[in-house]
Amino acid sequence: MPKLLPLIEHAVKKPVWDCRMCGQCVLHSTGMTCPMTCPKTLRNGPCGGVRENGNCEVKPDMRCVWVTAEHRSHSPAMPRHWEEEFNDLRPPVDNRLQGTSSWVNFVTKRDQRTPRGWQGAAHDAHSAVPGASMVEIDDPTSLPEGFHS
Amino acid sequence: MSRLSTLIAEGRRPVVTAEFPSIDGGGLEAIERAADELRPFVDAVNATDNPAAHAHASNTSIAIAMSQFGLEPIMQVVCRDKNRIAMQADIVGASLFGVENIACLTGDDVTAGDEPEARRVFDLDSTQLIKVAAGLGEGHYLSGRAIKQPPTLFVGAVENPFAPPLDYRVQRALKKAEAGARFLQLQIGYYPERLEAFVRGCVEVGVTRTTALLPTVVLTKSAKALSFMDDAVPGISIPVDVIASVAGAGDKEAIAEASYQLTLDISRHALSLPGVSGIHLTDFRHDGSLERLVRDLGIGPAFDPVATASGTTSH
Ligand code: SF4
Repeated sequence: MPKLLPLIEHAVKKPVWDCRMCGQCVLHSTGMTCPMTCPKTLRNGPCGGVRENGNCEVKPDMRCVWVTAEHRSHSPAMPRHWEEEFNDLRPPVDNRLQGTSSWVNFVTKRDQRTPRGWQGAAHDAHSAVPGASMVEIDDPTSLPEGFHS
Repeated sequence: MSRLSTLIAEGRRPVVTAEFPSIDGGGLEAIERAADELRPFVDAVNATDNPAAHAHASNTSIAIAMSQFGLEPIMQVVCRDKNRIAMQADIVGASLFGVENIACLTGDDVTAGDEPEARRVFDLDSTQLIKVAAGLGEGHYLSGRAIKQPPTLFVGAVENPFAPPLDYRVQRALKKAEAGARFLQLQIGYYPERLEAFVRGCVEVGVTRTTALLPTVVLTKSAKALSFMDDAVPGISIPVDVIASVAGAGDKEAIAEASYQLTLDISRHALSLPGVSGIHLTDFRHDGSLERLVRDLGIGPAFDPVATASGTTSH
């Protein structure tokens, strides 16, 4: 089943949202518009290159993903708190999750795990980790401690 | 504390920043010459990072050289060419040489440059980079690994008040301010009413409480230069009647003068807006117009009453 889920997720989300399987879905807070379809894969809003007609700097015939996202975020069809989350600061992509199922990562909260520095606190190698409030879920892609080349 | 951050914090007078020309060769003398030209008129200067996706001498090398020649650098870091590890290393590395001002940008796409075959990176976006850079100044890498003697950094970014979605740009400025941007250089623009709405919005939502706004103006010599920017520079749009009025000014000299007056008008308007802390200059003329502009506006180090009185400014 774990192997099958990414396939099912892709089959469902690809046709509707052109899903790129980043494994850390933010669709609800981006007006149900996938930010990974932005040629610059920006997750925190439009770049400064958006054309006067609202189209993309990189692909002149494509509407800027973020112009669409911003417009849709105000849609009455969507829950209010999704609109409020539109301007949240989304963390850097965890590239290890590429190709995995965001549904699984959502349930396990794996998609909420960010580097310690993102939470704002320094740690030195020997002390306990400050700010690690979340239970760490087993991550098959991470290497064991001390495995650095 | 960088001079730029001190000047902004004091708020005594508008600050003036400018763009350093791209350097490809000529050794340190080339940098010294350009630095000598700018130094009397500006407070700090952008060391660009492969502008418009064209390779040039790197942001770090130019920023370090500039500071050695007594010109305060603002080191641009764009997300297009390097991943998060390399960008952090550049910022921390440059800081060893005294580079403190960092401007975090998304970066024009590779298709804007002369090597459109290149792989685009965008491992971080500009807002994430702001937060990561601010974190370095607080003493840790993105991983959380501590930096025992953290760099002194003054982190800023760029925002474009003139590009769609217009209604959202203030929110985006706020997001960047909250991520840690302490100054925002604004994109070149020829719609004064858009700038006005943006700056007003920034004051209303509190951006200007933490973050200095520096609109950009550009010195051009011809209507062709304006058309070129309109067509070819990502995120810049110029109304046709503005281009037409410059083009219709008369002979070459009259057109150059009309271009200058346009820049002067736009600068005066920008500086008149409550919430604007200074101005950023891009010079495509290289004919002494930059000096003329700061003199006509009466701003910059040459017109600093305190610094001039205490004799710290050279003329
Ligand atoms: S214009 Fe919009 S879609 Fe295109 S690169 Fe910029 S943010 Fe992405």
